[in-house]
Order: sequence, then C-alpha cells, then structure tokens
Amino acid sequence: MRTARMALLGTLVAAAAIALPAQTIAITGGTVYPVSGPAIKNGTVLIRNGKVAAVGANVAIPADAKKVDATGKWVTPGFINSTSVLGLVDVGFGGGSNESSAKGTDDVSASFQPWLAYNPLNVLIPAAREQGITGVVIWPNGNLVGGQGAFVDLFPGSLPDVLVKAPVGMAVDFEEDRDAGVQARGELIGKLAGLLEETRAYMANKAAYTAGKTRAFDYGRANLEAMIPVVTGRLPMVMSVNRAADIEEALRFAREQKVRVILYGASEGWMVAGKIAAAKVPVLTGAMNNIPRDFTELNSRQENAALLRKAGVTVVLVGNAGGGDEENFNVRNVRFEAGNAVGYGMTWDDALAAVTTNAAQVFGVADKVGALKVGMEGNVVVWDGDPFEFATRAVHVYVRGVEYTQPSRKDLLTERYKNLPPDYFKN
Amino acid sequence: MRLRFVLALAFAGSAAAQQGPKPAAADTAAHKVPPGPGAVALPNADPFPSTYKPFPSKTTLIKNATILTAAGPRIVGGSILLKDGKIAAIGTNVAAPADAVVIDGTGKFVTPGLIDTHSHLGVYSAPGVEANSDGNEAVRPNTAYVWAEHSVWPQDPQFPRNLAGGITTLQVLPGSANLFGGRSVVLKVVPARSVQGMKFPGAKYGLKMACGENPKRVYGNRGGPQTRMGNVAGYRQAWIDAEAYRRAWDKYLADPSKGDPPRRDLGLETLAEVLRGNILVHNHCYRADEMMQMIDIAHEFGYKIRSFHHGVEAYKIADVLAKEGIAGSLWADWGGFKMEALDGIDANLALFDKAGGRAITHSDDPSGSQRLNQETAKGMAAGHAIGIDISEDEAIKWNTINPAWALGLDDKIGSLETGKNADVVLWSADPFSVYAHADKVWIDGAMLYDRSDPKQQWRTDFELGFVGFTGGTN
Repeated sequence: MRTARMALLGTLVAAAAIALPAQTIAITGGTVYPVSGPAIKNGTVLIRNGKVAAVGANVAIPADAKKVDATGKWVTPGFINSTSVLGLVDVGFGGGSNESSAKGTDDVSASFQPWLAYNPLNVLIPAAREQGITGVVIWPNGNLVGGQGAFVDLFPGSLPDVLVKAPVGMAVDFEEDRDAGVQARGELIGKLAGLLEETRAYMANKAAYTAGKTRAFDYGRANLEAMIPVVTGRLPMVMSVNRAADIEEALRFAREQKVRVILYGASEGWMVAGKIAAAKVPVLTGAMNNIPRDFTELNSRQENAALLRKAGVTVVLVGNAGGGDEENFNVRNVRFEAGNAVGYGMTWDDALAAVTTNAAQVFGVADKVGALKVGMEGNVVVWDGDPFEFATRAVHVYVRGVEYTQPSRKDLLTERYKNLPPDYFKN
Repeated sequence: MRLRFVLALAFAGSAAAQQGPKPAAADTAAHKVPPGPGAVALPNADPFPSTYKPFPSKTTLIKNATILTAAGPRIVGGSILLKDGKIAAIGTNVAAPADAVVIDGTGKFVTPGLIDTHSHLGVYSAPGVEANSDGNEAVRPNTAYVWAEHSVWPQDPQFPRNLAGGITTLQVLPGSANLFGGRSVVLKVVPARSVQGMKFPGAKYGLKMACGENPKRVYGNRGGPQTRMGNVAGYRQAWIDAEAYRRAWDKYLADPSKGDPPRRDLGLETLAEVLRGNILVHNHCYRADEMMQMIDIAHEFGYKIRSFHHGVEAYKIADVLAKEGIAGSLWADWGGFKMEALDGIDANLALFDKAGGRAITHSDDPSGSQRLNQETAKGMAAGHAIGIDISEDEAIKWNTINPAWALGLDDKIGSLETGKNADVVLWSADPFSVYAHADKVWIDGAMLYDRSDPKQQWRTDFELGFVGFTGGTN
C-alpha cells in the first residue's frame, strides 16, 4: 500500500514536468482588470491555445470552452516579481544549492547567466504561482557587474520554453563599494567607466584582440562580449543605488556613457523624482522601506514609490524592505507591496500596473505578458477579492492557459500536520 | 544587483554580521518585587532600575469606534476612556468627563498597543554600520552574563518607526549566535535619554537561548559546539553549574550569619534566577524535534520555557506546546532561508492557535515589527484557506495579550479592560487591512504619536539634521 502511494506521488512529480495541453477557457462574470484598459464589470476573458483570445463585456463563448464562473471575483493578469532568485536557490544558507552568485574576475561577472541553472521544478515555484505570481525576473547577486537577468514564466517546462526573454538587463552595483571590490564610490564609478571603455575598445578591435595585437585588457573576452549590448544601448543596466546624490550621478553616468539604466532600490528617489522622470528612467522599488539602514538611505520613506509615480516615473514594485524573503520563499508577497504603496499614496490602478505591465514594459516583454490583451500569453489570475488585501486568495491561476493545481510543498506539510499526531502513511 | 534579503537577525551569524495555562504562582510575587529574586535577596537584584515615568496625559475619550479588546468579542460603536494613564471605562455607553478630549472614532478601529516579543531595536540600530552591531556577544557559546540593555541605543531611529506602527512594548533580545545569549529587556517605545528611561517598570528579565544551526556554525571552528549534540551538552553542563550556584547562594541567604557569601558570577546568577522562576526563558528554536529536546532539558533541570521563538515547525508539535504551556512567538510566513527553516508554512500561527497554544506574531525584523498587524493578517488568511476560522477578535490576541503573557505582563497590558495601562492604538481602518494606518498611539494614556501632526512625531537625536523626513504623514 505504501509502495502504491509512493508510486502515485512519483507520477505526480513526473506529470508536473510535462507541459499540459492548453484548453479553451472562458472566465466569466468577474470584474476584469486588463491593466491595458479600464476595468470591465461582468467581463469575460477567453483563453485559447494558451493565449488571451478575447477580453470584454460581450465575448462570444465557444461551445468547447471550459467555463470558469468568476462572479463576484477579480480577474487580473498574472503578477510579476521583478527581483527574484526563484529557481536558482534551494536553501539560501547553510547547505543546499545556491546558483545566484558568480565568482567573477575582479568583481565583474558580466557574462554570468544565472538562468542556465534555473530549475523549473524548484519547490518554491508552486508556492509562488498558487498565490498569483505567473512570472519572475531572476537576477544574479553580488559583484560590481553581477551578470544578466532573465524573465521567466512559472510553469514546469524546459528552459527555452519558460524563458520569456533573456537577457533583460545587466545587474550593476552602483553603491556597495565592498561588493565592487573598491573602497569608495568615486573609485567604483571609475572602475565601471573603465569597463565600458574597454568594451568599446574591444568591440572596435576584435580582430586585433584575437590576434593578440591590442594593449592588455583588464577584463576577459567573455565579460567584454557580454558588455557589448550594454554599451550599444540594447541592454539596460539595472543599477542598485539609493542616495539622492548617487542617483543623480547614475543618471549623469548613463547620459555620458550613452547607456540605458533602470534604478533599483532608489530609497531617496523621491528627492530627485523630477530628474528621474525627465531622464525617462524606470525605478524598481518597494513600498515598505522607511528605515535609514545605511548612510545612503537616510531619507527612506514609505511614500517613495507613490511620489516617484506622481512625478511621472515608471515604477515597478518589488520587495526590498529587508526581511521576509520576497525574492525566493515569499515571492508571492509582492502583492502586499502594492497594497502598502496604495496605503502610502499610490493609486490602486498604478499599483496594479506596477506589479504587472510596468515590469513587462521595463524588461521588454510588454507584448507578451503583464496585461490582458488579445494575443498575449494566457497568464491570468482569478482572485476572491482585492488582490492587494491579506484576506484575498488567488482561486485560479493560469500560466499560458494552463491551471496548475499541483500542491506546493507547504501545502503538503500543512495537510500532513493539520491534525495531530500526523499519520505518516496517510499524508 | 544587491538583492535585499538580508536575514541578519534570523541568522545572527557572525559577530560582525548582520545578520494555555495560567501564569505560574511565582509571577504574581515577582510583579511585586520586580525584576528579581522573589523569595531570595541577591546582592543587588535591580542594579539598573527603570526611571520611566509616564508622559503627561489628558483624559481622553475615543467614541463610536470598533474596539478589538483582546479580552472578548469586539465592541461595535464602542467608546473607551483613558484617564490617569489607565483605561477608566470601556463599552457602548461611556460618558465623557467635562475635561476630556473627545476623539470621534467613526469608521475607525481601536486595539491595545501591539507588543513584539522579538526585537533587536537599539542593539542592532540603524544605520546598520559595524559600529552599531551590538546584538551578539559571539565570543563564547555561553554569554548568559551579558544584558541586552547595556547595548541598547535609545536614539536608534527605528524606535519611532515602531511606535508609528502601533507598537508600544518591545522585548529586546540578544542575538542567537550563542547557546545562552544573555538577558533580554522589556522596553516601552518612548523617547528617553537612557535605556533605563524606556524600561518597563516591573517587567521580568528574559533569558535568550538558541538552538540549532547558529551556535554550531559560529563556534564549529572555534572550540565548539560543532554539532547539535554539542549544543545540548552545552545547555546541560551550564544548568548543572547553575544549580550548584543556586544551592550555594540559597544556602547562604537562608542564614547570612554563617559565613561569607559565595563569589558572584554574572552568568550563573542569571541562570540561577531562571531556576528560581524569576527570569523567563525565550528560546530561539526552529525545528519540532529540537523543541522537544529543549522541553526535556527544561524538565531535567526544573525550569520552564516561556516561549519558543521562530518555531517554524511549531505546527508539528502544537499539541505538545499547548499542553506544556509554552507560547509560540512565530513569523507569519518566513521560512526556507536555511535548512532548519525549510518547513515553514503559512498556517503555522493558525494551527498553533487552533491547538490551544498561545500564538504570538513576532518579528525579529525592524521592518516586520512596524507591521505586526499585517503579519497577523497573513497568518489569519492562511488559516482561513485551510478551513480554520480565526476571527479578528482572536487574531488580535497574537499581537497583544498573548505576547503580554510571554513577557509576564498580561496583568498590566495586552487587552483593553478597565484598570489596565492605557496603551491604545486608533487605526484608520480595520487593522488587518493592508490600507490601515495607526492614526494615534497612546502609552500610559499619553498620546505619543499622531499621524496627522508632525509635531507629535518623535524624532531621535540621530535623525536631526541627517533625516529630512521621517515618514508618517502624507
């Protein structure tokens, strides 16, 4: 009997690895928040072949469609967590695998592509997905230039299938001198400028470089190659930076170097919000960070995200309050950042955009995810209330038109110990 | 990119790193002569006495609010009268004295001041520079001799942020690098020139103990313990020493004329006070099996564990913990960040409550501590998701009367009942909504925070000149 159960469990796990066929699904009766347009009362979202096939108040429902009654419920695009290590880390500390940080050379690991180690069967993925996260952007950790980020949809499948886009940015630390192998911010900026200069020199003299006829370079070919899309403006640098003056310097650096940047953190961004907006630079930040935890973040405040938005900045809400692991174990909690952002002055619609379409826009995948528009991926969540409220649960989550109902590891543990003592053979 | 999950305190890594039942009879006695030795009189039981005095207060009536009392069902359309630092009246029909400040609570909620049993404010102050890292005396596995209060910086800018979140009482603990981390201190979240000015009068001390990965990691290459079995040997040897010390002192104190007092030892003095029931044990422990071992050690040496802290696997042994009368200071949803935290589930608080345990939402985090109401809301929702009907009237206890009990202060704070300290929060909305703010906060009847009035927002010395804006208004 035990063996039979074990076998069943094995089947479950194996099944999870196979992409399920997408049905035609009609989600009806709910209030639909497409993000790309105004809310639709008593709206329908039709998903066919894994894509959004129709959205509106008067959608003809095909006879073969599976109907999902969302009366009284809220229907949104799948939420996106834009600063994650999901799928890269089993256990963050003291054992287990952690594939999120590279050794690098001289604190540069530009060629590092952490998604090559992405595990679509990581046990934390179902826990994120079942509470409404359908996509994440995964990033490397550490170093002056940490490496490249990737946009991933959360479903079990091979890497080429789950990748929405890679790379989507180059992680750059514009603030932590220790991570950058320097002692002062000015030294850090000089080092970064040197890398960009070398990249340009390499790009202009590749043949000579290969023939060994160039001056000695500080950085190897792999890193220089990886930096080419940055210096040509095709790949944005995602710069960790917090102090107002450093943000201004980052903007100046981007202008002078003719590189695209996205700011990450930006605790004091509200103090220079107009300048950030004028530079058309987007910001990834949270709504629960109000502690002067460093001398570079003395003016952290919870209204930061709302004030940036008010100034016209494209804001993507991420978890950066410092606790609770919104990057891995609690990836799903990004919706509470949105709730807190509203609590501190952002409009509800802006907060919804900040965890959906803004993330997609910033990382260049707005044609695929982040909104409910015809032709986009069928990443849809049905909530039993306001998605930013704690009491609300995601009741249906579709990724590319498939509802994955595989319980998370947390669910299995809960089931086993719901009644004590546990029955180790039953659950 | 510098991802933000710091984990400093849950880890309590290296020294520099960031890292039920009724109260026992001893409680009552200790409240009269606190903190300290109850039946015996040590050389100086209270060498750093509290100098806290309540701030000036006005008689205040909050009327027509929804009141979550933590002592029974909510009062809709309720009023509460704060007078002379105490709750003078509460109900649906409370008359305002002529001199009372009357606050209309229509559409708003009132709760007791929230209490965090697990804080490191003041010992890991902001900014988190190395010079402010005062939470772990990670020099040897038993540092029962240190007292957290001697590290507390009253000008830590995190204190006013906690107050603005409706937190009125904190237990500040040493970190978890050591088997015995030292004494905790219970503070009121008030401005003062010294930690003594923040100390909760009459509060017992706590002893911080830590299980599992932290001590063995920190000392694995420094003489041990290197393993969990090494950890347990370390606890047991210390209790053997403490018991001998207690006997020697109690013998001397029974008849001081019979000779010189034994030589004092600060660490053993703290442990002996635990054995006498005068200091409450707060035990950092993640795994169910380790908590069970700590319970056996407590039985072996005759002390009680007041609360386990973190307890990400408390749900696996909730029945045992409830029976033992050990509170659970738990996170709503943290887990996974190390092996011993792997089995964290969102319904931990709810399952623990359902089993009859004293569930407490704790933080161990200066950000989470400001939003204990939000953390509780998550835990309540996780319960609902598996069919456990935790009401708001029950959940508010996770933030109030249950932590008050864990600190031995449930006769003074933690619920809104006549005669108790007037530690009160007026919320802009249901405190379990993500959109709610603490509008006003009173401690001992004095309004110490007003969201609508920047002049009623405490700014620490540190912030002057450095910080242009402290947050709170909008």
